[in-house]
Order: sequence, then structure tokens, then C-alpha cells
Amino acid sequence: MAFDIYDFTSLTSSIHEGLATFLPPVGVLVAEWLLVGISVLLFVAVFGLILVYLERKVCALFQQRLGPMRVGKWGLLQTVADFIKLLMKELITPNKADKFLYNLAPFIVIIVTFMAIAAIPFAKGLQAIDFDIGVLYVSAVASLGVIGILLAGWSSNNKYSLIGAMRSGAQIISYELSVGLSLITMIILAGSMQISEIIQAQSTGWFIFTGHIPAIIAFIVFLIAGTAETNRGPFDLAEAESELTAGFHTEYSGIKFAFFFLAEYVNLFIVSAMATVLFLGGWMPFHVGSFEGFNAVMDFVPPIFWFFGKVMFVIFVIMWFKWTFPRLRIDQILTLEWKYLLPINLLNILLMTLIVLMGWHF
Amino acid sequence: MASESLILFFITAVVLVGSALIFSNLVPPKSANPAKFEPYECGIETYGETWLQYTVGYYIFAILFLIFDVEAVFLFPWATIVRETGMTAFIEILIFFTILGLGLLYAWKKHALKWE
Repeated sequence: MAFDIYDFTSLTSSIHEGLATFLPPVGVLVAEWLLVGISVLLFVAVFGLILVYLERKVCALFQQRLGPMRVGKWGLLQTVADFIKLLMKELITPNKADKFLYNLAPFIVIIVTFMAIAAIPFAKGLQAIDFDIGVLYVSAVASLGVIGILLAGWSSNNKYSLIGAMRSGAQIISYELSVGLSLITMIILAGSMQISEIIQAQSTGWFIFTGHIPAIIAFIVFLIAGTAETNRGPFDLAEAESELTAGFHTEYSGIKFAFFFLAEYVNLFIVSAMATVLFLGGWMPFHVGSFEGFNAVMDFVPPIFWFFGKVMFVIFVIMWFKWTFPRLRIDQILTLEWKYLLPINLLNILLMTLIVLMGWHF
Repeated sequence: MASESLILFFITAVVLVGSALIFSNLVPPKSANPAKFEPYECGIETYGETWLQYTVGYYIFAILFLIFDVEAVFLFPWATIVRETGMTAFIEILIFFTILGLGLLYAWKKHALKWE
């Protein structure tokens, strides 16, 4: 196989064996935990900063502006400067707030994003934990984030925060359904919930191409519901600036605000990564039927580039939504979910079952 | 890594947030001003209670969500074995969805899906 050179399993197992030669088993465990912990921490921090920069640049692109240009070359250090500024701000806890819950909320949103990242496959063998119920796990953990948002809004003792949190809660739990059901549609096709197996099943062709019409419908539904899940784009009325100041994080200042911001962008990454895994083949290269030469060239590109390329594409599409569509009202959002997406999803599952059972998929 | 390692991700997140909060509590300069700790609303002092009974509409959707999410949990194991079970799986899910669809239709007709 051509892309075996890019298999990270040999790398990780050699690290494991190298550590085992001079450390007791407990020491190996601690060393590996430290390594993984630090790399995940670095990944989240750096990728979060890059995404914030990208968001501002994409926004500028759509509005025919330049975006951040002053700090560093092309404004590349802008988000780093912002981060340092937020870190150096005084933390304020309002007098009337529920102090314990108010401080607990940023912990919850960040813990949830980190635990979801545990199951994201970056490349072959570069996945922290390969659960046999991976897809269910990610959707279950990612949906816990709403608790942090509700706590933040309620404990602040601020009317804007409360309204923002309630809207966001209703919206996130509603779109949770569509995310779950479109995932189920793809699980029917894959026949497994284990993320590595789902990706392996796409080695002959990505599910969006092999899955016939239901896969395309599920992809569109997933994109819409995923955007709503992350409180972004046309569905950002939880923090509708013009009416609610900043929604559920109005009362948060300094680094606590930064954590809500970071969690939003990491959630964006998680949604895009799940879309990539289930529809666009994860880290599988693009193959066209029997064009051997073309396929070999595609195999030459490392899987990690494939993965991040596809994730970046999905992220760009979601950002595109945000800067193109006007914000929806709460009743429009709930109507869209309960009267359109949910029935479409249920019919789509039936259609997918029929296609899989009849063997009509490619 | 085994699934016990999940606790590692939990600890990493707690360490990240905790250390940043401790740093931000110790290092940045502080200035005392009583107005700073008031709710950030309109500039004047906040009026009335904030923690009060809230629009019932949100709770109706929460209850609906509960029903449909439990149904989604039933579907996950079903989805993994569709291929092996064959046509039986399709007929069973057809019955399941009929009941579910009737439920959704009932909520629709009762105007539970209408925002007021």
C-alpha cells in the first residue's frame, strides 16, 4: 500500500517501546499522558488562535476589507496579541452572581471540547482513543456543552445573559436531534460506529459519493444543524450583539470570556471534523475509479494534509454561512428544525435503509 | 490508548482553565470601583428580579426534545446492524417511525411547534 509510510501507528508504538526500555510501566503511562496532554493543549491553543484569525480574514474577504493587518506580517500575530491582552485583564465577578456556578461554567465548556477531541482521528493511528462507539460518544459529549452555556447565562444574574442562555439552550437541544439523525443515516451506510472503521469503509470512495442521494441530503442537514449547534452563523441569536449585548457571556471578562470564545471555535472544528469523517472520508485521499496514476499521486499526499484540508474546507463553508445569511428569529429557527429538518431526516433514514438493503449504493 | 485515558483529557482541560484563572487573578492590576460589580445592562441600576419564571415555550421544546432524543438513542444500535438484519429491520423501523410520526403530527396539530 502506498500510504503505509504515513501510518502513525508505527511511530506511536516505537515511542511506547522506547519509553518502556528505561521506565517502569507506571512511568510509561505518566510520560505518555504528559506527551498527549501537552500536544492536545498546544493543538487546541494554536488551532483556536488560527481559527479566530481565519474568521476575521474570511469576514474581511466577504466585506471587501483587509481585516487585521497591523500586528505581524498580514496581521498574523493579531490573535496572539488579543490573547495576551485578555490574559492581562482583571477578572470581574458581579456582586449578585451565583459565584460557584459562574466560575464553573468556563470549566464545563472547555472540558467538553477537550473530551470530544479525544476521539477525533487526525490521521491513521493519530487518534487518542478509538472507541467502538466513537460517533455516539462525540455527539453525546459535544452536546454537554449546552450545560455550560445555560449555567453561564443563569448564574450571571443579568437579564441579557438569561435570555441568551435560554434561546441558546432551546436552539442547541433542538438541532441536537438533526445532528444525531443525520449521523444515524451515515452509520446505516457504514455499518459501524467506530471512527477508524468508518474511515476504512471509505477507502474505495467517500460516503458523500458512494451514499447516493440520502448521503447528500444528510450532509446538507448536518451542515445546517452543526452550524446551529455551535451557535454560529445565521443561528447566533444566543449572542445577538444588537439586542442582547453579548448574550450568555455578557458578564464574563478577560480570560473567562476568552474560554467561551475558544470553546466556540474548537466546537466548530469538532463539527467540521465529524463532517469530514462521516461524509468526506476522514484522512482518506481522493480516488477516482480506476485512474491508477491519479490515485497514486493522491496517495502521495500525507493523510494529515487530507484531513486538515477537508476540515478547513468545511470550516470555510460554515464561515461563509455566517457572513452571507441574516440572523434568524427564534421562532424561525425552531420552525426550521421541527417542521422541516426533522421530518426530512426521518424520511432520509428510511430512504438510506432502503438503498443499503437493496444494494443501490455505489 | 485505552478509554481510561479519557480522564487525561478531563485533567488537561481543568489544568488549562484553572492555571489561566489563577494567573489572571494574581498578575493583572486591579482597581476597586463599586459600579464595576453591578450587572452590565443599561447603565442605570438594574430593575427587578432576574431569576424569575421564564417563558413556557422553551420548556415545551425541551420536553419534545427529550422524547425524540431517546428515540435517537434507540436508533444508534439499530443503525449498526441494518445490513445483517435485512428487510426485517426496515419493516420494524417503518412501524417505529409511524408511531413517532403520529406523535410529531399530534404535537404539530396541538400547536406545540408554534412559537408564541
